[in-house]
This record gives sequence, C-alpha cells and structure tokens, in this order.
Amino acid sequence: MPSEQWTHPEPGDGPAAVAAQPSPEQVIAGLRATSEGGAELTQLLTPEGERVPSPQFDKYVDDIDAEALRGLYRDMVLVRRADREANAMQRQGQLGIWVPLLGQEAAQIGSGRALRANDMAFPSYREHGVAFARGVDMKDLLGIFRCTDHSGWDYQRHGFHPYTIVIGNQVLNAAGYAMGQKFEGKVGDDDGEATIVYFGDGATSQGDVHEGFVWAAVYDAPLVFFCQNNQWAISEPTERQSRLPLYQRARGYGFPGIRVDGNDVLACLAVSRWALDECRHGNGPVLIEAFTYRMDAHTTTDDPTRYRLSDELEEWKLKDPIERVRAFLARGGGADQAFFDDVQAEADAFAADLRDYTFNMPEPPPDRIFSNVYAEGNPVLEAQREEFLSYLDGFASAGEH
Amino acid sequence: MTDLQKLTIGKALNLGLRRAMEEDPKVLIMGEDVGKLGGVFRITDGLQKDFGEQRVLDTPLAESGIIGTAVGLAVRGFRPVCEIQFEGFIFPGFDQISSQLAKLHYRTQGKVKMPVVIRVPFGGGIGAVEHHSESPESLFAHIPGLKVVSISNAVDAYWGIQQAIKSDDPILFFEPKRLYHSGALRAEIDTDGTAPPVFSSQVVREGTTATVVAYGPSVKVALDAAAAAEDEGHSLEVVDLRTLSPLDLGPVFESVRKTGRLIALSEAPSESSLTSEIAARVQQECFYSLEAPVLRVTGFDTPYPPAKLEEHYLPDLDRVLHAVDRSLAW
Repeated sequence: MPSEQWTHPEPGDGPAAVAAQPSPEQVIAGLRATSEGGAELTQLLTPEGERVPSPQFDKYVDDIDAEALRGLYRDMVLVRRADREANAMQRQGQLGIWVPLLGQEAAQIGSGRALRANDMAFPSYREHGVAFARGVDMKDLLGIFRCTDHSGWDYQRHGFHPYTIVIGNQVLNAAGYAMGQKFEGKVGDDDGEATIVYFGDGATSQGDVHEGFVWAAVYDAPLVFFCQNNQWAISEPTERQSRLPLYQRARGYGFPGIRVDGNDVLACLAVSRWALDECRHGNGPVLIEAFTYRMDAHTTTDDPTRYRLSDELEEWKLKDPIERVRAFLARGGGADQAFFDDVQAEADAFAADLRDYTFNMPEPPPDRIFSNVYAEGNPVLEAQREEFLSYLDGFASAGEH
Repeated sequence: MTDLQKLTIGKALNLGLRRAMEEDPKVLIMGEDVGKLGGVFRITDGLQKDFGEQRVLDTPLAESGIIGTAVGLAVRGFRPVCEIQFEGFIFPGFDQISSQLAKLHYRTQGKVKMPVVIRVPFGGGIGAVEHHSESPESLFAHIPGLKVVSISNAVDAYWGIQQAIKSDDPILFFEPKRLYHSGALRAEIDTDGTAPPVFSSQVVREGTTATVVAYGPSVKVALDAAAAAEDEGHSLEVVDLRTLSPLDLGPVFESVRKTGRLIALSEAPSESSLTSEIAARVQQECFYSLEAPVLRVTGFDTPYPPAKLEEHYLPDLDRVLHAVDRSLAW
C-alpha cells in the first residue's frame, strides 16, 4: 500500500516539527524507506533482469520481442554514451554547462518510444533521451549547451517542443497544446493524438504544475504528465516537495496517477502506452510518476557530495536501467556478446561524432542577436541592429589599413 | 456599403472581437468570467452565446494558467485572446509572459509563432480598491519580444483589437477601463471599412505652443487640457502614442521640432517608465529644437493610493497646464 511510505504526523508532531530541517540521517532514512518505490510500483523487469508478469500492463508490451528489446537497449546505451561524452566535454571546457541524464535512460526511452508521430512532447531541460527517441539530432541539442543557440530543432517535425528552463512553465504550455488537440477533435479513438509533458519532482512544488493539473482536468485534455522523480531537486530532497507520494496527487485533481519503476524501460513503455491510450480515447489526463534516480549531479555546476551520501548512490547503482535489460537479454538468449559489443562500438562512434561536431560547431554571426525577436519586425530594433553592424564594420575597415 | 455605427470603446472592442472570431475559427477568447457574464466589464458580452464554450472559455481562476495554456494553444495553431480582469492581477502570469510568450519565437529562430493577445484593462479613476487601478505597462514594454499597445478611442479599439489578433507577435493590449462606457467617447465607425494603420503614434490635435504626448486614458486628459489651454491663449499639440513597444516616436520628434516643448503624460509612476524613455530619446533626437527640458506629468512613485486620494494621484488637466506654464517659463 502506498500509505506505508507515508505517515501522517500526530498532532503533537505538528507542522512545525515537519518543517524543521531534517538531519542528514533523517534524509537518508526517508529515502531508504521509499527507495523501493512502494508496493504500488509498477515493474515488469526487476533490477536482476527477471520478467515480472503484470495482468494490467503486459498487453501494452506484447509486441516487444527480443529484437524490439534490443532496440530499447541500444537506445539507452547510445543516450548514456552521448550523455557521458557531453559531460566530459563540459569538463574540458567545450560546453558551457551540461545537464546529465545518467540513471534516467529508461524513463526517457520508455516514455519517448511510446509516443507516435502525431503526439507532442514538452520537455524540461534534461530530456535528451526523449529528444533522441523523437528523432532529434543530438547535435542540435548541444548548441544549447555550447551556447550557440537556444533550440536547434524543428519542433513540429519532431513533435518535440523546445527545452524549457524555467521550472514548470512547460506544463501549462503542454496543457494548452493538449486542449487544442481536444478542440480540434483529434481525440476519441485509437487514432487519437496525445501530448506528454516532462517535469521533475521539484517542479511539482511550482504553481504552474498545479495549474496545469487543474486545466488539463477541467478541459479533459489528452495530456500525460510524466514526472521523473529522481529524488533530488538540486539539493532539495523529495520530502521538501511533498508529504505524500507524488503520483497520489492526481487523485486530488480527479484523474489517475500511477507510480512506475523509472529504471525499468519495459514498465515505462507499457505504462506510458497505457496513459497515452487513455488520452487518445478522451479519458485523459493521466499522471505518471517515474520513480528513478539522478546518478550524477543536477548540472555540471552542482556538487552532490555536499548533500547526499555515497551509500545512497551505491544502492541505486544496483537498479541500473541498462544492466537489467542486458541481464534479461543475455539470460534469455535474446542477445549475445557480439550484439553488446556492436552496440558499444556504435555508441563510441556516436559519441566521437558528437565530439567532432561540438569542437567544430560554428559560432553564430553577431547579427543573430537581433534575428527573430519579432515575427513582424520592429523598427526600433532594426535601427539598433543597423547601428551595431555599422559599429562592427568600423573595426573591419580599420583592420584593412 | 458603409455601415456606420456609433460605438463606445467597450462596444467597439466587443464588435472587433466578434469580427475577428467570425473571420478566423482559430481565434479563441479565454479568461475569468468572459463567457456567461461577458467579462467583469462586459467587453465579451454575448460572444460565448454565439460562438460556444469552446471558442469563449470561462477558465479556472489563475492568470499563469490562462497565459501558459494560451502559449500552448498558439503552438498548436490557435490565436488566443486572453482577458486579464484587472491589470493588478497580471503578475501571476508575468512569468509565462516574460519567460515563454515573449521568447519562444526568438528561442526557436522563428519556428514557433506566438499570435497571442492579452487584453488588460488598466488605469485608475474608477474608485476601486487596491490592485484595480494600476498602470504597469512600462514593465511589459521593457520585455523584448512583446508588443505593447494602448488604445484611447473607439475607432482604435475596433480596428486595433482585430489587428492585434491578426498579428503573429504576442501583444499586450492595454485598455483604458474608466473610458470603456464613456458616452463622450462614442465614435462613428465604418465597421465595414478598411482598417486604418493602428500601431503607430498619431497627432490627434494640432498646435504650436507645446506638445503633449500621452497614451490610453491620458489622451483624453491631454485633449481636455488642450481645450482649456486654448482659453489661455496656448495652442497645444497632442500626440497619441498608441504603440508603447515599439515606440513610434517619429511624430513626436516632428512635433517637438515644431513646438520646441514636450510634456510627457502618463498615469504610471515616473521612474524607469515609458515617459523616461520618451524624455531620453527626445533629448537625443531633438536636442537643438528644445526650448525647455522635457517635463513629465505622471503618477507618483508610490503604490496606487486608496481611491479617496486618486484625484490627487492621477494627472489631471490642471497638472498638465501647470507643466505647460513651467515649460513656457523656461
């Protein structure tokens, strides 16, 4: 029962006691109490790589044979390898910042692969795996982090909205988009469209996320709220965001919430397909809490050793999303060593390509500063652009002499 | 065929919204109480009845929600027109306006269009409790990526709202709430005619002694002051800015070169405001034409006071005339 994770404070404990800063021991104790995700955690593949039957969700992954599972494994390995390469490139000064996804590959690939071409995904800023699943060239993502661009892909072609840095904003934007799908009559049968929006456990404290829940609910929007609870919002643990498991919040808004093992790609795929299916048929919205863990820092500017203990990290390493698929494939004969070697070689080549591209990424021309501020132009800005370019030209002319 | 109608600002807005909705099925109206009630000022009166609940959305009560979902609807291809009940309530939506609405076009190098209009009744003079009488337009004019306009009369209300809706840029549309239902501002509008250019400033009264530049509800104050000044032998030229971002100061420069004097009039607090910007640019462009420093007549740098004091807070024609005297005494 979910209530096992959650004890209501006795009157004597009161809000003041709850609000007091927890000691590191209390934080760790709290995490250990919830690190299994609770009795209601949907899981199809254990950390040991054993298949767990699920009467409710097996049908959503009927088509995932060994070949398809190898595909999901490959996705996760490539995405992780790209993530590690980008992290290294930041350390080498080639990227201004990086937002690691290490540990969240299953949540992102599982949900991302559940989407169809006509669906729309609204990411936060850590959704590199979802971007990959949506067919976005990861080179186009890196411009953001090398600070040459804010968003380099065609959002319509990929069904993948620009990254959103301000916490929670995209949840309302996604609710609006999904309302549009509903208004256009694009829901109601198997061919219906749906929208998915990604946010973290920290974002659930934002007003925009609450408002997004309200809007999606009252307009019956075909929207899947995909919360990746990676346990930490920079240094703030989940218990600084909520007194109860996050997926249970959905009930207060009048739609279903479900907690899935976010390190289980099969379960993430199944649950996302189910939730999207509900939306396609007009039964949305749905909240999914993918119970996972951020294995690396929040960003490359962060130092998680200041706020969390290494045994917590060690515990989560045992639940690695890639290793369990590998174990399952290897044990059941779904893949041999040659396959794993091939994927690793492909991942290394993928990373090398990203590295080459990053090192040679062209810098935008100065007048890009002024481009596309407005769709219909702005004479004041045009004058500013002219003046600035003429100022720059002055240097060029001076250099010729 | 000419269809002349005599309309208040409020009715002109209502008719303009109706026309825009008839012309484009992607136009949506959304906000608190805009449906059955027709909005707290009745500007959207009757629209839900005729266009249905899916085109005129009575939303939940949250401004960030209204604007944030409008952003998503625009991504989907709709043209939402949001109503914020009173300007003092816009701030929960400020994040979505400044972080998403204003920047998505830039962020995506033009791939995402944001044809969203946010209608904001603003300004004082209605004897209201706090948060109902403010003039926050300068805050929005400071945000790149937004266009900010303010209407002062029924003709601009009718055409301006339609043009704002047609624009692919996000527009903050400030409406002078105390003039919505003013019989004195009723104007004859050829509602089937051709739209005049709206988003440019305009000389609304010609004169030679000094220029007064104003926008929104202050235009009427400026015109009243000009009428009164005539009795004192002064001929004031009045320019209605109409567009607050980008500022169209060409006609203001031209006027200042003619009169040599400028009074910038606004209800907003003066520090770091549109009147500051006007003063800076006029001294830059018209330095040798100025016979006196640019003077400003504005609200004070205080929160909006209790309404029993607003007659002192709001610039009236006497304060404008006092400024004209000071300018002429230079």
